[in-house]
Amino acid sequence: MKRLSMIKITLSFMVLVLAFAPQAQASEGSHDLEEQHWSFSGPFGTFDRGALQRGFQVYTQVCAACHSLKYLSYRNLSDLGYDESQIKAIAAENTAMDGPNDEGEMFERPMRPSDAFKSPYSNDQEARYANNGALPPDLSLIAKARAGGADYIYGILTGYEEPPEGVVLGNGQHWNKVMPGNKIAMAAPLSDDIVGYSDESPTTKEQYSRDVAQFLTWAAEPKMEIRKRTGIKVILFLLVFAGIMYAVKRKIWVGVKH
Amino acid sequence: MSADTTVDNSATDDNHGDGETRRDFLYLTAAAFGAVGAASFAWPLVDQMNPAADTLALSSTEVDLSPIEEGQAITVVWRGKPVFIRHRTAKEIEEAQAVDVADLRDPETDGDRVHEGQEKWLVMVGICTHLGCVPLGQKNTDVKGEYDGWFCPCHGSHYDSSGRIRKGPAPKNLGVPEYSFVTDTTIKIG
Amino acid sequence: MSSGNREKLNNPMMEWVDSRLPIFSLLQKEYGVFPTPKNFNYLWNFGAIAMVMLVMMIVTGIVLAMSYATTTAEAFNSVERIMRDVNHGWMLRYIHANGSSFFFIAVYIHIFRGMYYGSYKQPRELLWILGVLIFLLMMATAFMGYVLPWGQMSFWGATVITNLFSAIPLVGDSIVTLLWGGFSIDNPTLNRFFSLHYLFPFLIVAVVFLHVWALHVTGSNNPLGIEPKGKQDTLPFHPYYTMKDSFGVVVFLVIFAGFTFFAPNYLGHPDNYIPADPLVTPTHIVPEWYFLPFYAILRAITFDIGIPLTSIVFIPAKLGGVLMMFGSIAMLFILPFLDKHPVRSACFRPWYKMALIIFVVDVFILGICGGKPAEGLWVPLAQFCTAYYFAFFLVIIPFLNKKEPVLALPNSINEAVLNKKVA
Repeated sequence: MKRLSMIKITLSFMVLVLAFAPQAQASEGSHDLEEQHWSFSGPFGTFDRGALQRGFQVYTQVCAACHSLKYLSYRNLSDLGYDESQIKAIAAENTAMDGPNDEGEMFERPMRPSDAFKSPYSNDQEARYANNGALPPDLSLIAKARAGGADYIYGILTGYEEPPEGVVLGNGQHWNKVMPGNKIAMAAPLSDDIVGYSDESPTTKEQYSRDVAQFLTWAAEPKMEIRKRTGIKVILFLLVFAGIMYAVKRKIWVGVKH
Repeated sequence: MSADTTVDNSATDDNHGDGETRRDFLYLTAAAFGAVGAASFAWPLVDQMNPAADTLALSSTEVDLSPIEEGQAITVVWRGKPVFIRHRTAKEIEEAQAVDVADLRDPETDGDRVHEGQEKWLVMVGICTHLGCVPLGQKNTDVKGEYDGWFCPCHGSHYDSSGRIRKGPAPKNLGVPEYSFVTDTTIKIG
Repeated sequence: MSSGNREKLNNPMMEWVDSRLPIFSLLQKEYGVFPTPKNFNYLWNFGAIAMVMLVMMIVTGIVLAMSYATTTAEAFNSVERIMRDVNHGWMLRYIHANGSSFFFIAVYIHIFRGMYYGSYKQPRELLWILGVLIFLLMMATAFMGYVLPWGQMSFWGATVITNLFSAIPLVGDSIVTLLWGGFSIDNPTLNRFFSLHYLFPFLIVAVVFLHVWALHVTGSNNPLGIEPKGKQDTLPFHPYYTMKDSFGVVVFLVIFAGFTFFAPNYLGHPDNYIPADPLVTPTHIVPEWYFLPFYAILRAITFDIGIPLTSIVFIPAKLGGVLMMFGSIAMLFILPFLDKHPVRSACFRPWYKMALIIFVVDVFILGICGGKPAEGLWVPLAQFCTAYYFAFFLVIIPFLNKKEPVLALPNSINEAVLNKKVA
């Protein structure tokens, strides 16, 4: 009885700590995010390869005009289901500055799978200058760098509205119900039918947003699937091990009054 | 405290028959699980030292051969190592082919070391097989050793015009990396 | 550790070593037959759990350092490379990041257990003080470790915490400049933090060794808080507690693995996935959760302390907050000398038990306050809880010394155990 209550105290202590910790840290942003259903949610969740490829397409044709994805290399696209020759072709659509060559000159060459994704601007200053002083953030980690992750990305992309009456927007500002503070420098980037899909998926703003949110979640955490697979093995192993250790402990303690 | 180490253990001493076997089996299982767990945790700690994905992705290099004139050699970096690429003269090829393989420490014909039809191109990892120095012989002004190839100044190994060891302490010929001709004048090493 | 009356070992190899360095005899004495009270509950597992977490942090840390780059330009990139390209790097980093949280969970429970059962009392005062020293070293290590990924929270957390020292009168600013090695948190700061983050765990190991040594001099406390009277009260440490601890460790690892593999960023902050930017402060800087109660105490002092109605200020609010924060840890150091009540275990001290439970709730509330913006009702709530925190040590415990009745204790551990079985 006594022992049981001690276990309870211990466990509830841990639960309390673990439950309160992030709540206590949650930022003050009051944006109401609608929770979407994602294929990668939950302990068994995996990425939907079709959605990732479509999302990559949306990124390339829309987002990449302003946003870099610098922690990804073209070789990483094999995770999306592209084969080596497709990846080579995708990489070769862009050129990289290389060199110096034997004459000491820099030269341009087609990109290779080992190259990082091409950035739209050569530096942050250029990016700011081209965007009214606002720096379009790198998107490699955006899904982990914003509370809400994929929900947040979907929310931002579909959250553009007319500003409520009485709100005056500055030059280059737009109203977004999800953005903390509601004012965002990025104009609504997506609208229906701007990207042609090769599969049956609808070419709507919502579908684009969903796909690109999934693509960016993969980009932020490309090891998610192996992480969960490993986790299931580790936890099953540990549970069995715990059971065995409990049996060992009981066997040793049998007959000891304590 | 006074270490009173004699402890009443009788409570657990059920040293008879069935109980004993079951207990032993249980302990063995527990120990096995502990060992497997520790090993599975140790493996990532060790394996993280192996080349990372970005390192592996850079493990092939393409080289344009067209600017290398006959009798010239260039050194390119592949996987952090120097690779010697030599545009051999007809005389050098002839010398290399004329050698009696039976006399060699590490018997290899010149044909084994170059691509058929591309005998003028000799591609080798420029690291002495003795203790890892970089041999001389790439520049026209370099000492080329007694066999008109490469000479390692560290411990005096002489390589011939096919990069084979002829004299000195090195045990093997200069290594030939895996490479292929993408076009007639471009090779991909690795 | 003398080899005086050593028993000969059967294995000749072991005997050869043991006769020259009696390490096997020592292990046998201190971990084999070491007499341990037989009435431990599961709260006594957390010492061993904390030890396992310490080892896990050190080994994962050492391998992470193999791929980490200690420059402001490359630190963030190198962590991302670990996450994406290094073999198993994501797992090693997530184990290390979540490991710090779970190390603190284990240590907080371990500290709570010590307070609940009076483990800090005579003759275990030094054992307790060494433990608090470990806790302090852990906080320093964790703080510096959090700076290394060079994200926004790393940078601004480091800025805020190092600025604490500027509150020290006269020399404060010079100390801060010294800590930074420049005029802001920059490359020199990152380099020294990395160096010390690598060093401190080994200091922790050294103090843990002293902590365990002291433990083995006095022997363990137990839930009843009465000393074992003889062999009927104790069990040899092995196999009874080695196996019980192993069970506890594995259960703890299940929960740890759950977070590491399925919610690895749950205890982290999204802002730390944004590279550090010295020009942009995040809207809301919060330390890691395990610092929040202390952070709340720091922020609770919003007023200058001086002579009322005059402009004479003895302690400005900034210094007051810093003093209170360090004072809150100092309270733990002096706890053995504050609590003079002859009974150890809260099981026989209902008044103390009540005060301690309120104290734990109080620390939780402080933790929540520490994570909220310092505005509105959170400020007076944090001030009230800070007041209780100090009152618990400085008012309630001395009061209980005098007033709490001394209840009859069981004659021995064995007797209490047998009675419980009957009842």
